[in-house]
Amino acid sequence: MNIAVCVSHVPDTTTKIRIAADKQNIEQQGVSYILNPYDEFAIEEALKLKEKNGGEVVVISAGGETSKETIRKALAMGADRGVLLKTNGFVDSISLAKALAEEIKSNGSEIVLMGKQSIDYDNSITAQAAAEILGYGCVTVCVDLKIDGTKVIAEREIEGGREVVETSLPVVISAQKGLNNPRYPAIKGIMEAKRKPIAEKDAALGKVHTVLSELKLPSAKNPGRIIGTDSSAVPELVRLLREEAKVI
Amino acid sequence: MSLKILAVLEQRDSKLKKSSFEVISKAAELASLSGGSFEAVVAASSVEDAAKAGEYGAAKVTVLSNAAFALPCSSGYAKAVADYAKASGANVLLLSNTAMGKDIAPRIAVKLDAGIMVDAVALGYEGGDLIATRPVFAGKALQEVKLTSEVKVITLRPNVFKAKVSSPGASAEVLSSAVDSPDLKERVTEIKKSEGKLDVAEADIIVSGGRGLKEAGNFNLVEDLADALGAAVGASRAVVDAGWRPHGEQVGQTGKTVSPSLYVACGISGAIQHLAGMSSSKYIVAINKDKDAPIFQVADYGIAGDVFEVLPALTAEIKKIKS
Ligand SMILES: Cc1cc2nc3c(=O)[nH]c(=O)nc-3n(C[C@H](O)[C@H](O)[C@H](O)COP(=O)(O)OP(=O)(O)OC[C@H]3O[C@@H](n4cnc5c(N)ncnc54)[C@H](O)[C@@H]3O)c2cc1C
Ligand SMILES: Nc1ncnc2c1ncn2[C@@H]1O[C@H](COP(=O)(O)O)[C@@H](O)[C@H]1O
Repeated sequence: MNIAVCVSHVPDTTTKIRIAADKQNIEQQGVSYILNPYDEFAIEEALKLKEKNGGEVVVISAGGETSKETIRKALAMGADRGVLLKTNGFVDSISLAKALAEEIKSNGSEIVLMGKQSIDYDNSITAQAAAEILGYGCVTVCVDLKIDGTKVIAEREIEGGREVVETSLPVVISAQKGLNNPRYPAIKGIMEAKRKPIAEKDAALGKVHTVLSELKLPSAKNPGRIIGTDSSAVPELVRLLREEAKVI
Repeated sequence: MSLKILAVLEQRDSKLKKSSFEVISKAAELASLSGGSFEAVVAASSVEDAAKAGEYGAAKVTVLSNAAFALPCSSGYAKAVADYAKASGANVLLLSNTAMGKDIAPRIAVKLDAGIMVDAVALGYEGGDLIATRPVFAGKALQEVKLTSEVKVITLRPNVFKAKVSSPGASAEVLSSAVDSPDLKERVTEIKKSEGKLDVAEADIIVSGGRGLKEAGNFNLVEDLADALGAAVGASRAVVDAGWRPHGEQVGQTGKTVSPSLYVACGISGAIQHLAGMSSSKYIVAINKDKDAPIFQVADYGIAGDVFEVLPALTAEIKKIKS
């Protein structure tokens, strides 16, 4: 089995976000980057599939030089080799999906795993767009996956429950928490990862349609009123909810 | 640019979803602001209440019909909608950012060579351009985006835009257009509903509990208040990871994003990943015994007290005013 996992390199969620002077990006100083948390589920699933069926797991990331750290993390978990598709500056998800699709096609990967969303721009676009470009089946927000021969049975989270989806290979799956429990890279894996190859090429991006006009901080909400410290505040709270907020 | 908007509606069990009325209302508003026009489509095997779209301002709803669409089918819906958009010359497609909307919008955008903006919490029309505002970095920043493409696909965060009844009692003209060769690449074979309860992603009021509840058994305090308010029960990741509550109830970055009119956080500290999922709620109430807990920074009203003492009193008071 030839499996591809697409990973993104994102600011740690606990990072304090400051907007850069040009209002197009975040201030990079002091920001630590991590492997997108959902992509850990994607990698784990790929490794499990490989352990069961054999094959190769290739990790693809589009970004700058520093994205290699994230590729290394995936290699340390057990992926076989990496590909860095070099990009510069802001790229929208569909043009990025085009570049990922090109690479996936040239690898001939029949199973593609991604995360349900990148926690930087929170788009949830790339997996579906790449599947569409490739003409592959697609199951997003996946919490359970069974692949038997070319048959794929997956469960995805929806409002109020789960859908059981049937499709067949080739397929793009976007992983949600719950799909599995990602392993931690062992020391041995970390050492081996240093010797695993990472190919570098320019990303064959598609047309960019999105213009980022401005990045800004949400207007600071006036801190709420603390009405009291025990149940004696309850009648006042209920009055405010009825008369001021008018929500009950 | 004159907007020719296609409001892409969604049905479940042959009934239009509430979020679809939000989409129609926004489409109607943008059409009138821009001097453009709009119509609505829905992919389905049949829709019982399609005419109801008229109350929100839609003159016409076209049902893109195929028997296979009785169960959700993303590849089929995406192709049917894209084909219709091409044929009708629509240049703006509006969807709700629901599980289905998120799944199909990017596929439609690729098919139409369109640009896409998802999860908008505001969508304005200025100088001939549509400008979407969307939360990024877990809600810590807002991004304003424009699209340069001729055709634009935009999804709206559910519950943020108002569904406005503009013509009470009006009926939309309902047309049917058979989808002859649907793309059935993926097919839903079964929907497993979580036990009977209201889902956080669709609820107008949510009462959420966190580790402050101390143990799973104490969640009856949260459930009682939710019942009294007609609300859904939500949970922080800490209590989902502890196995006290199912993952479907988790609110936040790794759970669901919600925008109810009222969110009551009980014994939840307000970690950034939790806030990412609920800070766009219209009103937030926090009950937490630590007056410095970050949740109070986003709350409109707070009680800095003990959930075990405050919750029963609050439930009793709500029951009193409701009876
Ligand atoms: C990648 C990543 C993703 C994450 N995704 C999510 C997510 O989707 N959703 C999410 O919720 N979290 C998420 N988290 C976890 C998050 O960081 C917090 O750990 C979690 O939200 C804490 O849950 P909590 O508020 O219930 O618990 P705690 O932080 O332990 O807070 C408990 C609160 O209860 C209060 N309390 C205690 N006793 C009482 C009492 N008797 N009465 C009143 N108040 C009391 C305390 O003062 C405290 O503020 C994520 C973390 C990471 C790293
Ligand atoms: N720059 C990137 N390089 C490789 N994969 C990416 C990149 N950005 C996003 N992805 C993949 O697409 C998924 C969804 O991201 P997004 O559509 O940006 O929310 C992520 O979880 C990754 O698996």
